[in-house]
Amino acid sequence: MAAPTTERPPTSTTQDLAPVRKGRVGASLLTVLAWIVGIGFFFPILWMVLTAFKQEADAYTKPPKLFFTPTLDQFRAVFDAGIGPYLLNSLFATVVSTILVLVLATPAAFAVSLRPVKKVQDVLFFFISTKMLPVVAAIVPIYVVVNDIGMLDNIWTLIILYTAMNLPIAVWMMRSFFQEVPKELLEAASMDGASTARSLREVVLPVISPGMAATALICVIFAWNEFFFAVNLTAARAATVPVFLVGFITSEGLYFAKLCAAATLAALPVVIAGWIAQNKLVQGLSFGAVK
Amino acid sequence: MAEVEFDQASRIYTAGAKPAVNRLDLEIDDGEFVVLVGPSGSGKSTALRMLAGLEEIDGGQIRIGGRNMVGVPSRDRDIAMVFQNYALYPNKTVGENMAFPLKMRGVPREERVTKVKAAAEILGLSEYLDRKPRALSGGQRQRVAMGRAIVREPQVFLMDEPLSNLDAKMRVSTRTEIAAMQRRLGVTTVYVTHDQVEAMTMGDRVALLKDGELQQFATPAELYDKPANAFVAGFIGSPAMNLFTLPVSEEGVRMGSSELALPRALRSRIADAGLSTVQLGIRPEQWSVGSDATGSGVKAQVDVVEELGSDAFLYAHLDDGEQTPVVVRTGGRSGARRGDQIALTPTSEDLHLFDPSTGERV
Repeated sequence: MAAPTTERPPTSTTQDLAPVRKGRVGASLLTVLAWIVGIGFFFPILWMVLTAFKQEADAYTKPPKLFFTPTLDQFRAVFDAGIGPYLLNSLFATVVSTILVLVLATPAAFAVSLRPVKKVQDVLFFFISTKMLPVVAAIVPIYVVVNDIGMLDNIWTLIILYTAMNLPIAVWMMRSFFQEVPKELLEAASMDGASTARSLREVVLPVISPGMAATALICVIFAWNEFFFAVNLTAARAATVPVFLVGFITSEGLYFAKLCAAATLAALPVVIAGWIAQNKLVQGLSFGAVK
Repeated sequence: MAEVEFDQASRIYTAGAKPAVNRLDLEIDDGEFVVLVGPSGSGKSTALRMLAGLEEIDGGQIRIGGRNMVGVPSRDRDIAMVFQNYALYPNKTVGENMAFPLKMRGVPREERVTKVKAAAEILGLSEYLDRKPRALSGGQRQRVAMGRAIVREPQVFLMDEPLSNLDAKMRVSTRTEIAAMQRRLGVTTVYVTHDQVEAMTMGDRVALLKDGELQQFATPAELYDKPANAFVAGFIGSPAMNLFTLPVSEEGVRMGSSELALPRALRSRIADAGLSTVQLGIRPEQWSVGSDATGSGVKAQVDVVEELGSDAFLYAHLDDGEQTPVVVRTGGRSGARRGDQIALTPTSEDLHLFDPSTGERV
């Protein structure tokens, strides 16, 4: 591939310089634009995190103070206001529902991608169609059912709903990752004497683990941020962080620094989850030896 | 080690359509190296995959070591396969890849290590055992795939175009290595390729397939010297055999304006078959080339000269009014040039005759 460029006479190289320079200018303009957009998105979060470490008095200055004596007072206040149990509820609902989703979605996606059966398209459409109904439209029947079986304000209600909510997306995502796996890998494993379950575990799953990480991250984000089910179906015992946050705005609306501390705490676990998943994600799906 | 038998084995993808493999009969001896060759869509890969247990057997039987394989899953057939894209496990190291079939069969760890080391030694992979496949070159990956097959000491090796992802030079050297290794290990091998040179150089016997039907199953020499039909004649040999459909005359056949005299033996075969036209096959090396002035022989004009050093191929067309193309092999430095008028005479008595309606050898 390199041969034609090296053999090119010097004259044509100088002629090509002009468009190259033009391209560079364009590229640096794009870079500047990307930074502006990036900062535009990032600024509110930066402001939130900074404010969370301020005294209330510093939080209101105009223009906002960039240099101040940081304090953990606001975080202390948020914990004093009782965010602890909410954090635990959110954590429990998120982790358990994500595990359930992966446990259920992986074999389902395996079935619809590597060993497709008849009508598999219809099955896939059914999965995704469950996401088409707005949750608002479904909340009344869901509430009635949950109420009738006495599961209101129960964390397992949220876990079941979050699992159901994320399952279709997870099946679709995992399916696309499974489809990337060359058929020959499974065939080779079966010739080598592995059972289907064994070749799934030993051959396919290690290959698609970045895909599983991506799927898990999406599920974590959705479950952690879910508000509508939580606010309608829970009260004192099973409420999650988003519910706490909204209640906190109502009661402490004037105390910016405290609100920011609560919001920072609510955002932190997702950031951590993203950071953990990133290590897996950057590896990418690698079929080095087979593609 | 075992013999392999295809007994009227068929694979039908859609009911009513033409079978991908139609009533295939092959008897492969213990330790034999058999090549399945044919153009794409000939069913050669399907036949191999039926033997591997990766495709259903819809009719007939396939037997390995006398045992019927219908309904037996791949993992219970005691066979090993090398795939075209190698199908190495990307998350496992070279050593783990090669040890995987042993692990699946419950071979103890120490024995696995010994066997993998021995195989790696043979294949020159000893220093790469801890690498991941993606850190290897194409040729090395191919060796790992071979290694994974041989550590098992299976009854049969199956190879599905294992050389087609290698560059031309590697392909030639690996070809010889595979053939040599197979002979040393003595394991029955079925090898699929679309490359007739691979088929001719590697196989003890070659099975030529077309449209799911077996055309001929014979040694490479027999395929070349006695092709069973016009398709085999055209497929085996490079450049391909010249095939002409010609009217039969008193002394032989009419080729354009001139008459091509045929030996008595050939003439009587035509007469026995009662043919008025015949398909005549002449290999490129079965011509002798004279200058136009000599007068005898079939006149032709040279279009392209391929000078290969040791010999040269002349691509010409006949002066028969239809510009029928013809390929001629001459010695190297033939001096022939584009536009030259030449006169061609068949040198050999072993010309090939086929029935133009059925394509069968006469």
